[in-house]
Amino acid sequence: MGLMTLDVPEASAGYSHYGVLARFETAKALYRACEAVRDAGYSKWDALTPFPVHGLEKAMGLKPSKLPFLVLATGLTGAGLGFALQSWVHILGYPLVISGKPLFTWPAFVPVTFELGVLGAALGAVLGMFAFNKLPTYHHPLFRSKNFARVTDDGLFIAIEAWDPKYDDRDTAEFLSGLGAVEVEHVPIDDPTEDGEAGGAG
Amino acid sequence: MAQSQDNTQEPVAGRAPLIVGGYDFRSLTEAVAVPVERKTPIGWWFFFLPSLAMLGLFGVSIGWLFWEGTGIWGLNNPVNWGFAIVNFVFWVGIGHAGTLISAILFLFRQKWRTSINRAAEAMTIFAVMCALVFPGIHVGRVWVAYWMFPLPNQMDMWPNFRSPLIWDVFAVSIYGTVSLMFWYVGLIPDLATIRDRAKTRIKQIAYGIFALGWRGSHRNWLHYERAYLMLAGLATPLVLSVHSVVSMDFATAQLPGWHTTIFPPYFVAGAIFSGFAMVMTLMLICRVLFRMEDIITMRHLENMAKIMLLTGCMVGYAYGIEMFIAWYSGNPYEQFAFANRALGPYAWAYWIMVSCNVLTPQLFWFKKMRNHIGWLFISSILINIGMWFERFVIVTSSLHRDFLPANWDYYQATFWDFASLIGSFGLFFTMFCLFARFLPLVATAEVKTVLPEADPHQGEELVRVVPAGSGTEPAPQAAPAGGGGA
Repeated sequence: MGLMTLDVPEASAGYSHYGVLARFETAKALYRACEAVRDAGYSKWDALTPFPVHGLEKAMGLKPSKLPFLVLATGLTGAGLGFALQSWVHILGYPLVISGKPLFTWPAFVPVTFELGVLGAALGAVLGMFAFNKLPTYHHPLFRSKNFARVTDDGLFIAIEAWDPKYDDRDTAEFLSGLGAVEVEHVPIDDPTEDGEAGGAG
Repeated sequence: MAQSQDNTQEPVAGRAPLIVGGYDFRSLTEAVAVPVERKTPIGWWFFFLPSLAMLGLFGVSIGWLFWEGTGIWGLNNPVNWGFAIVNFVFWVGIGHAGTLISAILFLFRQKWRTSINRAAEAMTIFAVMCALVFPGIHVGRVWVAYWMFPLPNQMDMWPNFRSPLIWDVFAVSIYGTVSLMFWYVGLIPDLATIRDRAKTRIKQIAYGIFALGWRGSHRNWLHYERAYLMLAGLATPLVLSVHSVVSMDFATAQLPGWHTTIFPPYFVAGAIFSGFAMVMTLMLICRVLFRMEDIITMRHLENMAKIMLLTGCMVGYAYGIEMFIAWYSGNPYEQFAFANRALGPYAWAYWIMVSCNVLTPQLFWFKKMRNHIGWLFISSILINIGMWFERFVIVTSSLHRDFLPANWDYYQATFWDFASLIGSFGLFFTMFCLFARFLPLVATAEVKTVLPEADPHQGEELVRVVPAGSGTEPAPQAAPAGGGGA
């Protein structure tokens, strides 16, 4: 699963480093570098940018998000529950004949059905996005890097994780420098015995 | 960086830049983050304290209403719906421009929206908050306000889902919820920016909690952008449905002046019209107060003026067609209602409405007026006055002379009616001041994507979109692919 690379897996036990973090100067350089990392066969890596660089998923070889299917499902659930609620209220819960109209007046149920469908879909989109992205994740080894604070400003990064099968402490760093990275550093992995100074707020 | 260049001209060779002043990623972050980080400017207190005082008045007027009942308002027998519903419709309408900017312009790929969408979405949320107060308090017996919701209760009674009033409860509350989620999702990357720049531990934790540990991973951006796109796609039909449902509160009644099929589109156009006027008012103040003239540029203001002109003409058309249909229907009650609207006791309100809403935006046909800051400000205020009066005219002029002349009466607002109106502005501006002080006013991550250097293929296409004067414009190597497409 591509998603799992976001986490620090159990496999990280025994590794001295989280991996290599490389900063690139321009979006163009980052895009080229991502293509090269993809073509070199790395699988446990990520690009980290202050804004979505459009088309980067192609350069990284990522599959499209599956979020739309979830949104369709939650949207239909919301609409279905809304319609069921209204039908139940008017047929069984509180059957009241108003101006001689039938109890099951489905056209009048359309607005609330629609609104609840939108609510279900929107909740699915937001909560699904959080779940797919594993948000909130307040603690991450990358926050250990001083340089990495630039990721929300102007820093365009590639991080290759130490447990990638093709990873090598020296070769991977040199590979990234060769792709035009302006800064390359090894990011230490969190030491659980240490006081948690890093983390999302750090 | 301080000099502003004119980006309202569209050169033949390409498009004018959206952002002027030569920003790069870093200086853009700086420009947006510094107002959040530096000491509160004096000018902010100048807006915040009066707003807070007005909010206090709102509290007092609601407290007195709960104590004494709706008798403190100027309601009388034919006019059972007064300022409360007028204010409700007004505030819901204000919110619509925010969703139009954030969702509909996003779907139409109008990239200029990125500079103003954050503030416009915030405005939507605060406007919906103001709107939701009125249905909550106007019933008089507030302790039974929960009857509006389908909750199991000891009476074994349920709301009537065939009534537009219950549709309204769902439409407006879901609209508020979805707008809040949309706004928050957009905020996450910018909250992370403030978190990473924060110097104090309290700020790091406060912004850090809401930033959810965002670290700009492209594997995250992929889902994030998809979620954003789908929220935009969902908010678009939602926003159109909300004011349509609000208009059905009126249109499904049999009262002449309300019972018209034109109401849903007419209300939606009016809502966007008034909302853009409010965005204009707020942006004109904010861009000066927070020195963002190069990010919220003349081009943005001009585009908003064009939308105000368009929606203003649509509203004017609706006023005209209402009159025409009243005459053409041959229905004497309908004809009386509209003659009474334009010439009766509330003619003063009708003509305020027409002059503010139809005549004011006509000056926007002239480029000079679309670029005239003073006129933009005055017209945005006039349009909001006009749009408030539109709702007032619809509600009172239709109600005050109903089918039986023995019932006729004149609705006169009391001090407490005005107190709740002014107070709701207090709530709105207090919230907006707090937002502008503590949260990034501009969607930085999104604005960065419209800077030329954000494009990973910069300089690779056949026809380049290059900011005027950058001097790096390559000659087209072949006939532009989309050149003949128009």
